[in-house]
Amino acid sequence: MIEIAGVSLALGGSRILDNVSLTVAKGGVTALVGPNGAGKSSLLSLIARLRPLQSGRITVDGLPVDTTPSRQLARIMAILRQDSGVASRLRVAELVGFGRFPHNRGRLTAKDREIVAASLEQFDLSDLALRFIDTLSGGQRQRALVAMTFCQGTDYILLDEPLNSLDMFHARNLMRTLRRIADEHGKTVLIVLHDINHAASYADRIVAMKGGAVIASGETGDIIRPDILESIFGFSMRVENIAGRLTVLHHA
Amino acid sequence: MTEVVMHRGLLRHEGRLAMMAAVAVLVGVAFMTIGLRGNLAFVVELRAVRLAAMVLVGVAVAISTVVFQTVCANRIITPSIMGLDALYVFCQTALVFALSGFGFAGIDPRLHFLGNFTAMTGFALALFLPMLRRRFDLTLMLLTGVVLGVLFRSLTALLARLLDPNDFAVLQGTVFASFNAVEPDLLLLAGVITVACVAIAWRARHVLDVLALGTDTAIGLGLAWRGTAAGLLVLVAALVSASTALVGPMAFLGLLVVSLTERIVGTNRHAILLPAAALTAIIVLVGGQTVLQHVLGGEGSLGIVVEFVGGIVFLAILFAGGRR
Repeated sequence: MIEIAGVSLALGGSRILDNVSLTVAKGGVTALVGPNGAGKSSLLSLIARLRPLQSGRITVDGLPVDTTPSRQLARIMAILRQDSGVASRLRVAELVGFGRFPHNRGRLTAKDREIVAASLEQFDLSDLALRFIDTLSGGQRQRALVAMTFCQGTDYILLDEPLNSLDMFHARNLMRTLRRIADEHGKTVLIVLHDINHAASYADRIVAMKGGAVIASGETGDIIRPDILESIFGFSMRVENIAGRLTVLHHA
Repeated sequence: MTEVVMHRGLLRHEGRLAMMAAVAVLVGVAFMTIGLRGNLAFVVELRAVRLAAMVLVGVAVAISTVVFQTVCANRIITPSIMGLDALYVFCQTALVFALSGFGFAGIDPRLHFLGNFTAMTGFALALFLPMLRRRFDLTLMLLTGVVLGVLFRSLTALLARLLDPNDFAVLQGTVFASFNAVEPDLLLLAGVITVACVAIAWRARHVLDVLALGTDTAIGLGLAWRGTAAGLLVLVAALVSASTALVGPMAFLGLLVVSLTERIVGTNRHAILLPAAALTAIIVLVGGQTVLQHVLGGEGSLGIVVEFVGGIVFLAILFAGGRR
């Protein structure tokens, strides 16, 4: 369980998060949605202790993120930031192997190698395993980073817009994989999504943010409703049930 | 399949490392044996001390530069940006100014070494310790180093203007790196510091690999970034201080050595990069000194030659890189 209580964040005098309180239950996929500048990425950074907490309290599985040793947290929680550029000259397999660092401190065991190979397979990277990261396309690099995050083998997985620059095939593949690990292995996935239909199709719960505050949160079916979506995004859109899936027609 | 090819890649790196080690040994042997004459015991001892000093300084400069570049996530800066060498030159100038050239020459070398070492590491600690506070900005810290470096250089220029010409000549002898007059006592002292620091850097080689992935990724993988980075920067400062206090500033060597090494080994893995950079530095220093002594007739100081050749090689690398 991720518990966020009274968290505020101010950067350079402007208020990014305003007294956010939120509980993300253990297990399942929770989508974080909202317009640009709502504070979604900032909230994710705070949960993942990438940024120091200014006020309030955040715990993951009961461990306060600001005082628990970073290594201990890295074994229960993995984070993928958006645009995390890798400057190092590395091969894909090496990069993915870094996901095992919290467990092995850099010395890959036979089991680690198995996990890395499985992760490469999972994200369709086996053929690219020996390519250098700087020779990949944006989408391939993104997949390598996702594979690294998976390799960490944590109970909690935080993803900040992981579908960026993924094609339809790989975006669907990633969402289905997230769904599967949540269902089969009881993992907790907290994911920032921009395509509301991805959230509608794959998420169990949706948390909507706007202007640095949580404005709605609940089961997917309760959030994917025209009136609530309009209050989040500021324009009206139709919601249809197409072949058993809630679909938001936001292009109209 | 993947495993086999990765393994082959690793073997290639290790092969290159072995080759570099062989070249380093060869250069060392050449330095020790070319043109031996006169009192053999005396000459061999003299050369051995110089060789040891060059190996020590080469290793210290190479390791400190690799670690510094990784922590700062920048492949074209050297630790000299922190202003340590400017502080060193300023300290020597101030000492010559206060004690005159004669008094300066009379300082106990061990005391002088320790004084310089303490001044430089103390300065670095004052610069880095604020890092452990909550809000911290690496760029700001580097900028502080740059500004203080400029301050020390200006003060040095001011004092140098006030020196009499004889004292100025004494000063010139100390502010360019030279291996001609290394005290064996100091060698031991600098050696202990360098070996300890290098051992720590080697143990941290996997941590350095993770740091190279970027701050956010490194924290996500469980590194306590601020503490780790601050500790590594103090290590860099200790290495730079030890080698500078031993022979004088060697600003350019690190940049030259690390960019050459990356081209040779073609990997950023610190398990390969650290030893390879150290070997390159040894080859450049010992090779340079051998050429200086036997081809150029022993005139001038190695520091000047390294900076001159280093500048040319670096420009060549930049142009070659620009054309690709």
